[in-house]
Amino acid sequence: MTCAQLVELVTAFLEGTLDSETERRFVEHLAICEGCEIYLDQIRRSIDEVGRLRAESLSEETRDRLLDAFRNFPRDS
Amino acid sequence: MSRTPSSAGFVHYLRVVVTPLPPDEVLLAALRAGDEEVFARLLDGWSASMLRLARSFVSTAASAEEVVQDTWLAVFQGIGRFEGRSSLKTWVYRILVNTARKRGVREQRTVPWASLSTDDGPTVDQSRFRGPEDPYPDGWLTFPKIWPSTESEVLAREVRGVVAAALEGLPARQRVVLTLRDIDGQSADEVCSLLEISTANQRVLLHRARAAVRSHLEQYYAATTGGAS
Repeated sequence: MTCAQLVELVTAFLEGTLDSETERRFVEHLAICEGCEIYLDQIRRSIDEVGRLRAESLSEETRDRLLDAFRNFPRDS
Repeated sequence: MSRTPSSAGFVHYLRVVVTPLPPDEVLLAALRAGDEEVFARLLDGWSASMLRLARSFVSTAASAEEVVQDTWLAVFQGIGRFEGRSSLKTWVYRILVNTARKRGVREQRTVPWASLSTDDGPTVDQSRFRGPEDPYPDGWLTFPKIWPSTESEVLAREVRGVVAAALEGLPARQRVVLTLRDIDGQSADEVCSLLEISTANQRVLLHRARAAVRSHLEQYYAATTGGAS
């Protein structure tokens, strides 16, 4: 496995979806290649950083309106 | 709550502490019985990711907010008929995607879900690797540089800005998948079922999106550390 090949397999590796032979070659390559080790670490760091983002929340008005709508929604029982 | 209309204000950098929600049966019973506390928890727990997901289909933040509102109203109406064939969350998010798509069509902003044209090719610049004549073809020409830690709050905030901009710049399909997987923490199966895409397709979109974010961060770190090795 070359470095150029490995970088295209990192997501499948992290998802655990590589077949066992490919995974073995992936891990063997990683063990001897500092560049790919750093690359994989950077992908993990990127995932962590993305996970720190939160989308903005609903406005208070919409939130209140929905809570009202939920409270007043006709129910059978 | 302060809100800014600019796109820079689109992302708030809050880490929200989320208490785990009860299992679906409990949630369903509570929603059907009109339990306001449970509904408020769902609303607060899911609205952020619902807004971001909606935003991938419609053109403005205000429009996305209306999509989320219409989704919840449809949920109230349909909750009695929900049969539990998918998780509650997947069901709600599917209603959201359908609502947002319809609105996106009206706004003439359609997400080209069928197109795969931008999803081909390598995710790392090929000039980073050695050529075919080299004793180590396709090996790194120079290793990627180890990134500094982001312990300082100032740096951490800058990095989040870089990541937010990278996310905004992604093609819609990649942005949606990255949002659902790496911000909301949904599983690959959930995302496939929600977006009605194959496992392989989901992985390709996630892979390209993560690689793009990495590349933005690499450029940022290269610029801020002055290329020191």
